[in-house]
Amino acid sequence: MKIKLQKIAHARSGDKGPNSNVGLIFRHPEIYNWAQKNITNSIVKNHFGSIVKGEIKRYEMDNLWALNFILGDSLGGGGSESLINDAQGKTHGQALLLLEIDLPEHLHEFIDA
Amino acid sequence: MSKVIRIANGQGFWGDSIDAPVNLIKDGPIDYLTLDYLAEVTLSIMQRQKLKRPDAGYARDFVDLIDRVLPDLVSKDIKVISNAGGVNPEACRDALLEVAKAKGIDIKIGIIIGDNIYDKLNNFTTNGVDFKNLETGEDFNLVKDEVYSANVYIDSFCIARALDEGAQIVLAGRVSDPGLALGPAIHEFGWKSDQIDLIAAGTLAGHITECGAQCTGGNYSRWSEIEDLANIGYPIIEMHENGEFVITKHDGTGGLVNRQTVSEQILYEMGDPSYYISPDVCVDFTSLDLEELGNNRVKISNVKGLEATPTYKVSISYFAGYKASGQLTISGPDALKKAELVAELIWKRLENAGCIYEDKSTEFLGISSCHGDINKIPEQVNEVVLRLGVKDSDKNKVNRFGKEIAPVITNGPPGVTGFAGGRPKAQEIVAYWPTLIPKHFITTDVDVN
Repeated sequence: MKIKLQKIAHARSGDKGPNSNVGLIFRHPEIYNWAQKNITNSIVKNHFGSIVKGEIKRYEMDNLWALNFILGDSLGGGGSESLINDAQGKTHGQALLLLEIDLPEHLHEFIDA
Repeated sequence: MSKVIRIANGQGFWGDSIDAPVNLIKDGPIDYLTLDYLAEVTLSIMQRQKLKRPDAGYARDFVDLIDRVLPDLVSKDIKVISNAGGVNPEACRDALLEVAKAKGIDIKIGIIIGDNIYDKLNNFTTNGVDFKNLETGEDFNLVKDEVYSANVYIDSFCIARALDEGAQIVLAGRVSDPGLALGPAIHEFGWKSDQIDLIAAGTLAGHITECGAQCTGGNYSRWSEIEDLANIGYPIIEMHENGEFVITKHDGTGGLVNRQTVSEQILYEMGDPSYYISPDVCVDFTSLDLEELGNNRVKISNVKGLEATPTYKVSISYFAGYKASGQLTISGPDALKKAELVAELIWKRLENAGCIYEDKSTEFLGISSCHGDINKIPEQVNEVVLRLGVKDSDKNKVNRFGKEIAPVITNGPPGVTGFAGGRPKAQEIVAYWPTLIPKHFITTDVDVN
């Protein structure tokens, strides 16, 4: 079944110099275990398209059922130098929650209404 | 039961709610109130204010706040820790003492000195500090002559020292944001710098609360589940001597503290979560245990730290040219097509006037400015906001851009409006140069009146 990440995850984003970070937090460890294998850097890079001009880095946090993505060169330069509307990447978390994924059937019980 | 101290944060940045700290004092018990007024470029604004007026260069909002709450702070014995001192904690203290005197209140204020290295940069470079850019590796000579401000993120033990000496208000400049909460814990529990896990726990607690309501239901993914956002409670740390702590808020306030609101904030502005560098310690955020206790209480335990680095982070700001941005609203049939035409017309006319910019931007707010083409663009939208921006070292060229926005309302396509606030003017770009300095170069001092 295809669903958007917003049905199974939380996200928060902010700036780190010329990059942004998105913390992606899952509500259930079972979904986190699936996401560790399936929400890859290339899927995230592809989702953000022209927004992310640099590389993607990913860190895992088993204790919080969370993945932390660094989106390289995604702010049009550093905070104050940037000309773009979202110069601090405040909305990048919400953007990641729009990612459509194919969740295997045995995990459907963890989808939130 | 062992001692517990309640450390609240009532200000996440300069411009945050002016009533939040007042409510934290009024709505329940707290022992410490922390207030963060400094963002990366705030100090540059303050440094320039100070150059014009020797008694300026701090967060004036803080003085106004103390004017509102001072009698309550004294009667409830609440101590305040803030970085509102900016580049001039001495002048900020003078202003606070004047406020206190007018109320007939005697108060001890501690200031922390040593973070501002603006006047010593040449001295340090002569002694071999290269100040090379931490992110890009670029040479400091590129920006050396354009520097507006230079401040070191100094350690949190100086905050504890000011409290040890009896200060009710501690005024710092550039200390680390989490340090505002760690300082009181060091003071109360006598934690030592080599008790790494305790220092890490205090740092994590400060990290969670440093952005105010972002851990109590603000900016939360499931925003529609939050009750009474209008009266959102700002965060309180209940810190125990063994480094375990609870994140909560006052009873009866709006918002939410649960596993997810706290987890979201732990990840905020995070790089490598296993190595969060502060002046006092490196924190391993993958180590902590988080337990939901219910009733807006989340307990955190087992925080692990690693030894602090031998360097302090330095925040340098410098002049990097000019920028301006302006916007128009385009409505009606084919709104997006018309908006694209308006952008094309403005850029073409500026080019005709000989204006080519170092950088420019064209964005369609309501369509794609935040999320690019992640969502499909609808066939027909009611209206679009066109936002244009330019950047250049030539101020006149940037101001010329500001004069080319309004004409299109009468000499472009129909349905264009929303040109309010006059012509956009060139603004100075204050850019940020993160770098490092070996710790032995920096001496800090505490002065309590």
